[in-house]
Amino acid sequence: MTAAVAPASLLRTAARTGRTRVGLVLVALVVLTALLGPLVAPHDPTDFVGVPFGRDSLFGADNLGRDVLSRFLHGGQLLLVLSIAATVVGVGVGTALGMVAGYRGGWRDELIMRIGDVVLAFPQVVLALLFVSIAGPKVWLLVTVVGLSHAPRVARIMRDATLMVVERDFVKAAEVTGTRRLRIMTGEILPNVTGPLMVELGLRLTYSIGLIAALSFLGLGLQPPTADWGLMINENRIALTVQPWAVVLPVVAIAVLTIGTNLVTDGLARASAGLGRGVER
Amino acid sequence: MVRLAVKRLVFGALILWAVSVVVFLATAALPGDTAQAILGREATPERLAALRLELHLDDPLVSQYFSWLGGLLTFDPGRSLVNGLPVAEFVGPRIVNSLVLMLTAAVVSTPLAMFLGTWSAVRRDRAADHVTAVVTLVLAALPEFVVGITLVIVFATGPLRLLPAVYVGTGQVTFVDLVLPALTLVLAVGPYIVRMMRATMIEVLESEYVQQARLKGLPERTVLLRHAVPNAVGPVAQVVALQLAWLAGGVVVVEFLFRYPGIGYALVDAVNNRDLPVVQALALLIAALYIVVNLLADLVSLVANPRVRTAIR
Amino acid sequence: MTTPERTEVLTGVRVRGLTVAGVPSGAPIVDSVDLDVRPGEILGLVGESGSGKTTLGLALLAYYKRGTQLAGGSVAINGVDLAGAAVRRMRGDAVAYIPQSPASALNPALRIRTQLGECGGDDARVREVLREVALPDTDVFLRRYPHQLSGGQQQRVAIAMAFLGRPDLIVLDEPTTGLDVTTQKHVLETVRKMCATYSCAAVYITHDMAVVAELTDRIAVMYSGRVVETGPARTVLRSPQHPYTARLLMAVPDLDGRREIRGIPGHAPSPVRRPAGCAFAPRCPLVVDRCRDEVPALEDGVRCFRAGVSRFEVVERVEVPVVSADAALEVRGLSAWYGSHQVLEDISLSVPRGQCVALLGESGSGKTTLARAIAGLHPRHGGEVVLGGESLPPSGLRRTPLQRRRIQYVFQNPYESLNPRKTVRELVLAPARVLLGKVPDGLVEDALSQAALSPELASRYPDQLSGGERQRVAIARALAAQPEVLVCDEVTSALDVSVQAAIVELIAGLRERKGLTLLFVTHDIALVRTVAQHVAVLEHGRIVERGPVAEVLAAPEHPYTQALMADTPRFDTSRFSQ
Repeated sequence: MTAAVAPASLLRTAARTGRTRVGLVLVALVVLTALLGPLVAPHDPTDFVGVPFGRDSLFGADNLGRDVLSRFLHGGQLLLVLSIAATVVGVGVGTALGMVAGYRGGWRDELIMRIGDVVLAFPQVVLALLFVSIAGPKVWLLVTVVGLSHAPRVARIMRDATLMVVERDFVKAAEVTGTRRLRIMTGEILPNVTGPLMVELGLRLTYSIGLIAALSFLGLGLQPPTADWGLMINENRIALTVQPWAVVLPVVAIAVLTIGTNLVTDGLARASAGLGRGVER
Repeated sequence: MVRLAVKRLVFGALILWAVSVVVFLATAALPGDTAQAILGREATPERLAALRLELHLDDPLVSQYFSWLGGLLTFDPGRSLVNGLPVAEFVGPRIVNSLVLMLTAAVVSTPLAMFLGTWSAVRRDRAADHVTAVVTLVLAALPEFVVGITLVIVFATGPLRLLPAVYVGTGQVTFVDLVLPALTLVLAVGPYIVRMMRATMIEVLESEYVQQARLKGLPERTVLLRHAVPNAVGPVAQVVALQLAWLAGGVVVVEFLFRYPGIGYALVDAVNNRDLPVVQALALLIAALYIVVNLLADLVSLVANPRVRTAIR
Repeated sequence: MTTPERTEVLTGVRVRGLTVAGVPSGAPIVDSVDLDVRPGEILGLVGESGSGKTTLGLALLAYYKRGTQLAGGSVAINGVDLAGAAVRRMRGDAVAYIPQSPASALNPALRIRTQLGECGGDDARVREVLREVALPDTDVFLRRYPHQLSGGQQQRVAIAMAFLGRPDLIVLDEPTTGLDVTTQKHVLETVRKMCATYSCAAVYITHDMAVVAELTDRIAVMYSGRVVETGPARTVLRSPQHPYTARLLMAVPDLDGRREIRGIPGHAPSPVRRPAGCAFAPRCPLVVDRCRDEVPALEDGVRCFRAGVSRFEVVERVEVPVVSADAALEVRGLSAWYGSHQVLEDISLSVPRGQCVALLGESGSGKTTLARAIAGLHPRHGGEVVLGGESLPPSGLRRTPLQRRRIQYVFQNPYESLNPRKTVRELVLAPARVLLGKVPDGLVEDALSQAALSPELASRYPDQLSGGERQRVAIARALAAQPEVLVCDEVTSALDVSVQAAIVELIAGLRERKGLTLLFVTHDIALVRTVAQHVAVLEHGRIVERGPVAEVLAAPEHPYTQALMADTPRFDTSRFSQ
């Protein structure tokens, strides 16, 4: 069973382990690069500063002769914003649906879970490709599709977590006094599923970053001439041997970011499970 | 049990039907002019009209859907808008290539990962377990194209030019072409299986029946192989299936990365070219693959559970 | 470790200074335990939850659960030290273990034949032992999986498994938990017979004094990891020397109704928070300064500086004649279903105002469903629930706030019924806020004091309370709504005996002082006498017998009630006084 703890104390508990701290540092590194990068970048990301794959500057020029370092420093912001937005959409919708399905049961449960099954039949990347194939890679569509592809996965987890709470007698104790259902969901159930909720947030953020970067890498996410890490890998990988930095920098950034978020998520999961089991302190 | 199995099958078929509706709606009913989207801004009114006629875009949605579904059921999902080939003919060999890739990854990763997970659980909290935990956490975090590019950088460029960075053939796949894409997929799905196997084994090893087996004085090897592992396989089978089904989507990015001639690469190509009939057919195919693998996993875990197995007697 | 030494005579089990510590705290969960069990003797290891009895039982087999480790001392069986490489060989052969719940201790994926076959002995031996524990020795039976057996059969299989290797020591960890009293009686008989047949030393771990009194030859009483008193069963039960033993015995309900029960205030400390000195000192009525500074040694079988000062006092129980009263709550022709499965059939029941009706039944009898139907938590029922002459809608959601307020419900398990994310104040206020509209001043403090809790607890979270305190909070929450009828669903079954007695005293006191009407659901027939004026016996969803407690228990008419009376182990002090 997972713990009933405040999110803040969960983070504190998680931060006691070395792995989580490493994760937090890694995330901070990439986030700072993405946020402050545009301020310190030597050039505009779309300026042509040299010959294609030239080596005049620190990390050279890319396939069109733009400064690799500048494009790298500009290329993280949008990825971060979109990933966080998609995560919030997916986890928000998924949690709401999962809690309704778990608490109310009956036809609502059936309906939500069966619709979820249909969405689950598509691998996330295929679902995203399907929707951008005709409508085109629009930013709002990317966020919506990635978010909604998370939703049934989150809903399953939150439904299970809710079911475990609903079986407990304090929910019945609230029902027997005639407390409203919405109040029971927000006051009795939600505070007791924060453990899995936090874990899902971390997990879905990791996946959102990977998925949105992958779509850009496929050429179906963010579009040229935007500076974006996934897109940079796509544009420059043909010249990997000549100009490796244009690929290595974004690859390392994405890797460090996802490893960081996953280490934090793992810390949260272990803290939540550990607290629930009443591990000897 | 047979009834349960039939129920799952019927359910799978229903999901597949619902999936076909989603595929159709996502490509045909989103706002915007489909023909315009396919042909681009420069298209002449005549060409737009011709395409609308060819794709029946002026028909009502429902009849469009049923004529498309009818085509699918008779194995004739139309012609590619790009090269004019019948979709079935175009997709056929690519399915084989993709299946070879997926099966290779599955056959390599599953036993290896289950062994690693068990080993890690047995060595719980020792150095080997910690190393496995960190490595699987890192690998599980990485998007598959990051893993793939890293493999390319290590094995296909620089001093070690052991393997081709991308596929350069004309449709026939050899072992050498398979190594890096398969390895990428193994590294993408393996960590989840390792972690799940470890977690399940730890739970089983802490169970009272394993305690009882130890208190009977059985050798640890017997405790592990006879009492623990069989009880862990059931729950893990579900995760294995989920991961193998994930391969159906994982091939998309990996095939694109390695230019591997399979359905995933074809899908990305088709989306870029707005080749509507091919996109529809491939999306449906991949979803179907996903459903079938999950169905198989359900059946396996039904058979593996003595409670269900004995219920029919 | 010491080198193995052999003696000619069978000396049984010898435990010296055995200490098991928690990891990583290092706090001793079992603290310097000395025990002797002779061949053919059954030692009852008695203790409440958290006393370390299970950890000690496993340590006797040199087994330490994760998070615990051996920190000192030794166990020797017939002169052979149980340490190092010898352990694996001795397990299942010289030492065997019968677990608390066979349902989880039998491997679900293996057939009975496989699991028995692993314990040594050929096919003929397996069948012989099966016959000895009164199980079929057929191939059909041996081919079964554990889930195809009943609870009683599973426990017999576990017993057979333990005796297959003809062990010198057998450890039984509450092996009758979850079994109904009749099955329990048969299992206990089997245990006694098997121990005698094989003349092995047995350690029977339990919290149930009545079982100990019926089964064991000697007793060791554990409190917070230490053995506080040990001796022949008759002696310890007749004249306990340690104040904890004496108070514990006074807390055991008396089926024959000659004695009142008395709880022990406070709760046992966890190993991490054990006080210096005697662990029982904070709860002890005889405590002196020395008890708080110094841990008493085990002398003449007692670990107490004031050994023998305390007496087991029988508080004579006075039978109060039942007066007639009008019905506060009535159930008429109630039937209830789970899906298509009928769990209650045509139940009619009347609860007189200001009195207590005990609803007695074993697990699966439908007693909790009945209680929940009355409270409006099980709307799938037919028939009528009438409160003060007014028929109530089946679903609690359709009842008026007033109707809901008048019936309050206290749940079985206080670890489940209190939202861990709310403070005691919020918990107690919640129903009052919904049901009373305006919350009067001092409501929380008033309700807490009625439940005998300090108002300081109001700012605590449930995690910071003991089990007994939690149940008092649950009761305070019910009282805060100012009910007329209190439905108590097995409210003591998750608690220790010493705490149970205190809660029962509290509930009985509330009825006497406040004129509260009680429906007390329980599986424990001994408790019925203490708490209720009327009893209704429930079997398979039907009421098979009802009437005033004194009459029903004195001369039960229905065979089921008769069996309950006959098969429930008795803790009858008069048996020991001669």
